[in-house]
Amino acid sequence: MNDKVQEKLKILADAAKYDVSCSSSGGKRKNENKGLGNAEGMGICHSYTEDGRCVSLLKILLTNYCIFDCAYCVTRRSNDIKRAAFTVDEVVNLTLNFYRRNYIEGLFLSSGIFKDSDYTMERLVRIAKKLRQEHKFNGYIHLKTIPGASEELIKEAGLYADRLSVNIELPTELSLQALAPEKNYPQILQPMGAISRELVQNKEERKLFKLAPSFAPAGQSTQLIVGASAESDQQILHLSSQLYQDYKLKRVYYSGYVPVSSDNRLPVLAATPVIRENRIYQADWLLRFYGFNVNELVNEFYPNLDLQIDPKLAWALRNRYLFPIDINTADYEFILRVPGIGVKSAKKIVSARRFTSLSFDHLHKIGVVLKRAKYFITCNGRSLEQKDYAEEVIRRKIIFGENSHRSALVKQQLDLFQQVG
Amino acid sequence: MVNYLYDGTFEGLLTVIFEIYERKAAPAQIVHATAELPGLFTQTILVVTNEVKADRVWQGLGKKISATAQTHLYKAFLSEQPQIGMLIYQYAQLAFASTISIEDNFAADCVRELAHLNKQVFRESHRMEAFIRFQKTADDLYYATVAPDFNVLPIISKHFEKRYADQRWLIYDTKRHYGLYYDLEKVSQVNLEKEVTDRSGNLPADILAQQELLYQELWQTYYRHATIPERKNRKLHLRHIPLRYWKYLTEKQPSR
Repeated sequence: MNDKVQEKLKILADAAKYDVSCSSSGGKRKNENKGLGNAEGMGICHSYTEDGRCVSLLKILLTNYCIFDCAYCVTRRSNDIKRAAFTVDEVVNLTLNFYRRNYIEGLFLSSGIFKDSDYTMERLVRIAKKLRQEHKFNGYIHLKTIPGASEELIKEAGLYADRLSVNIELPTELSLQALAPEKNYPQILQPMGAISRELVQNKEERKLFKLAPSFAPAGQSTQLIVGASAESDQQILHLSSQLYQDYKLKRVYYSGYVPVSSDNRLPVLAATPVIRENRIYQADWLLRFYGFNVNELVNEFYPNLDLQIDPKLAWALRNRYLFPIDINTADYEFILRVPGIGVKSAKKIVSARRFTSLSFDHLHKIGVVLKRAKYFITCNGRSLEQKDYAEEVIRRKIIFGENSHRSALVKQQLDLFQQVG
Repeated sequence: MVNYLYDGTFEGLLTVIFEIYERKAAPAQIVHATAELPGLFTQTILVVTNEVKADRVWQGLGKKISATAQTHLYKAFLSEQPQIGMLIYQYAQLAFASTISIEDNFAADCVRELAHLNKQVFRESHRMEAFIRFQKTADDLYYATVAPDFNVLPIISKHFEKRYADQRWLIYDTKRHYGLYYDLEKVSQVNLEKEVTDRSGNLPADILAQQELLYQELWQTYYRHATIPERKNRKLHLRHIPLRYWKYLTEKQPSR
């Protein structure tokens, strides 16, 4: 029996690992019943995989049997792989025993679709319910909502889960039609809308009645695959920005496409577009924490993010007329926009300058990356740079270092080789 | 200039600060009583910890800085760095001399350095909350071995007490030779005469619970299969879990 669980765990962990989300923060479940677990406040990464991703939750599929045939997915119907399915009790036991040993923060449960959407969703909900009610489990639970599941089931899921998510996967309806013929946009957006309505309503209820049951306190998230279809960064980021605004999503995750199949509907990829994925994440952060509008980062003139430099630096180089700004007088919102200054440094700058006028030495000690920032700031009218450099020169100096005219060329070529793979 | 010696406790350090003001004798160094002192011609004073004096300094600081800043000060102290005594004294001096709170004055060296130490200690405590691995014994005790860089057990105690309210657990610091034990009611400090674990923190197999090894193996299996081989990135991996933490991690042990 134990070997069977081992085997299932292998198959179903393997199948679930392409889901990026592993966040365990934002839950508000306190351990007040002398039960097991506590999920208030910060998330915790209990371990890291060898590809450097956080392992915070036991991330598994309930089953990898699936009636759908989405080209980008390992568990698609037409793929010839080993199939397996956990029982409800097996998942519950694994979760509890891993949690008690401090291996995990909780459970991330998704599933292939067997029989139909509601049948599958009902199983997922039953597991969450059992953990919460029979085992007084207060750890984190992230449930994936199955496309096409009924609104009642989603509502029930939200009562036990901390986070719900529906994966969009492909950034446009057109690629969805080509790569995932059984899915369509309304089918994905409808549960997403339902969850976000429920979240808003629940917030209102809890304002009135403190004891109203909470609904998915850590909100909802989704995932987009980058590089499996031909969309530009502009299309992807516009979609995320819309999702943040209209559906109040907590997070949009991006997953650089790992060639898991040789399906002829997909582009031939040499390697996972890791750098592009990274740049999109940087842009996503700029949207959520730095007050950038999506059009400032990508637009019809610049449909794709610059792979060589980060999106904030790229924006600053395109808008040189706004700089330099003076660190001792500029508004917080503007300090945030300086390349090389993050949220923490910006806050430190704003509070420290009340005590004394700041110099470049202070900035360096506070943790500002002067290598990038120095072209865009002054301290009391003084600048670190004597000359006003052209955009191209700044770009080169930042990428290749101060004095490296010669090595720059070599590096650039090596870099090109790497990009070609 | 005077060298002040104290017993290494936080109260001891606060008493030193009290004495400095009382005697109006500025410190050359403030160090643990066991530390070696250079300086042939400086006077050395051994300060005996006094709770009343310590409390007066602590209350006094409370009027000058926020409660959060006070907690940060305590956490920075747990870093056990040799210069911590002087840093905290300089911080207190700055705070007492100012009419507004100096806790955000990152242009002052001691404020910034203490903030940095506080961050390091916080990071270490957060790592311990993540990397501690319990083994279940036959009598239902969950046992974990740690060897943190800083003395973080006092600040992670609450976290585990809240989280594992329904199981008995013991976390033992092999570097500092003491541990925390939770008996379903409260957490208390314990010292073991002889450590029971081997070099990788494993308990002897005969005292483990029946299914303990099975779950360790399941966890190792899960860990292996969560990796996406196409994206392996050793540099990033090591940045997240530096090698020094591997020793006690179940997923990094060869299976037993």
